[in-house]
Amino acid sequence: MKRFSTFNAVSLTAGFAFLYLPILLLILYSFNAGRSVAVWGGWSTKWYASVFSNQQLLDAAWITLKVAFLSASVATILGTMAALALARHGRFAGRTLFSGMVYAPLVMPEVITGLSLLLLFVSINVDRGFWTIVLAHITFTMCFVAVVVQSRLVSFDRSIEEAALDLGCTPFMTFFRITLPLILPAVISSWMLAFTLSLDDLVISSFTTGPGATTLPMKIYSDVRLGVKPEINAVCSMMVAVVTVTVIIASIMTKRQEVERERAERLAQTKS
Amino acid sequence: MTNTNHRWIVRAIPYLWMLVLFFIPFIIVFKISLSSPEIAQPPYSPTFDPFVDGWSETFARFAEFTSANYLRLFVDSIYVSSYLSSIWIAGSSTVMMLFIAYPLAYGMARAPKSWRPTLVMMVILPFWTSFLIRVYAWISILSEEGLLNSMLLSLGIIDEPLVILSTNAAVYIGILYSYLPFMVLPLYSALEKMDESLIEAAKDLGCTNIQAFWKVTFPLSLPGVIAGCFLVFIPAVGEFVIPDLLGGSDTVMIGKTMWEEFFNNRDWPAASAVAIALLIVLMIPIMIFQNNQAKQQDMG
Repeated sequence: MKRFSTFNAVSLTAGFAFLYLPILLLILYSFNAGRSVAVWGGWSTKWYASVFSNQQLLDAAWITLKVAFLSASVATILGTMAALALARHGRFAGRTLFSGMVYAPLVMPEVITGLSLLLLFVSINVDRGFWTIVLAHITFTMCFVAVVVQSRLVSFDRSIEEAALDLGCTPFMTFFRITLPLILPAVISSWMLAFTLSLDDLVISSFTTGPGATTLPMKIYSDVRLGVKPEINAVCSMMVAVVTVTVIIASIMTKRQEVERERAERLAQTKS
Repeated sequence: MTNTNHRWIVRAIPYLWMLVLFFIPFIIVFKISLSSPEIAQPPYSPTFDPFVDGWSETFARFAEFTSANYLRLFVDSIYVSSYLSSIWIAGSSTVMMLFIAYPLAYGMARAPKSWRPTLVMMVILPFWTSFLIRVYAWISILSEEGLLNSMLLSLGIIDEPLVILSTNAAVYIGILYSYLPFMVLPLYSALEKMDESLIEAAKDLGCTNIQAFWKVTFPLSLPGVIAGCFLVFIPAVGEFVIPDLLGGSDTVMIGKTMWEEFFNNRDWPAASAVAIALLIVLMIPIMIFQNNQAKQQDMG
């Protein structure tokens, strides 16, 4: 079996140290008993306790979770439809504009997306707050969903879909019986991507929010501007923990599904 | 086929959504960039309306206000210097990023096959954790009484704390750190697809390791290099969080200027003009990126 060469081992170690050390330090110092960020004052969980007695932080966290759940769910449906259109509908009228609108938000600076959505909401006179943040988040996360699902759609064998259509399935049934089960891992992971992108967003939320809707990143941002606080370290560590656990569980789940699918496919081939 | 009649609904819904919430807003931004600021709610007054004034009047005013709002972008040195320094900071950090990301991606692509999914996962994982948190983590490392300085001081490498936070150096570190996965992943997928026997062939034909790299490996990884550079450069130009939290008062980047114009000065027309100008600057790289992306998707 092939081993790591020295050069590769060094570049991997250095690269991953750069990626992980700052986050590990952040987590470590959230357990620091002292107020300082550089002097270790012994282990303590008091900052975690103070997070749970901070009503403002808890409210912000609850709003953020609701926004993320709603927007990720709608974005997954819309993004999957967009992916189907791009991967299966051939050259329909206005395809160039459509694919442009799907790919542009992936790289569009957030300040521009945020400002343009705000000006839309102002000019049609809607009250800004929870729902405008949800609309904004659906809009930018559905593009990420579309790209992830599309790459799964182009990679699988279309003849299965065609067979189902030939055997009298309606396109609607074909999608739910054949296509959806096959792209399900991609759909689930794109929901999670949309969910974490929404959890994470500061800039677009700041533009599109109104009175009464402060998300957790907005709260963290305004606190950080006043200086580093151990309490914020604790909040951040908890967010990192939640995301890490979800991602690892999801990747194990999709991996198992893939293994099972491959086995089923192999079985089908040997029988035929 | 008769049952394909309703297929258009599948694309009509997301199409309509993106038209209303992505495309039309840009037209509104453009319109407001041509209006004059006002102390009111909302803080601008439309300067023209073709349906009320008629088209010839509209065009006359259009010309007038283009000169007012957009010329300001060229005359006022804060805008010019923010554009230039944004492009400079984003461009030079993209190049630095290539030097950091390439060895990492190369190491991943040449790792034993069973390791690769785990390594990819390890690159993606920090990307899933909040951007804000990753930037925030550097504040306590780089500040004057931060971890880096206290470590260097106690090791006796430096005598007095280095000032890194609130300088452009901190902005570079922040960009390099936050955008690293965007560069590593496209590089990795280009390098991983490569047939390793090509390198053996090059070596058999008398290439040294370095020659083989420059003549075979690097040219074959170019699609990944291009994709990675755009994925880093375009968002970095408009970056707001990093220059705001890690940079100092002398760090001017266009995203920050626009934010301040909007939230602090409440000058919506000026902020809109800055946004449109930024969009024009980024239009060409965004279009190249989209073309590249669409081509790769179509190829599968």
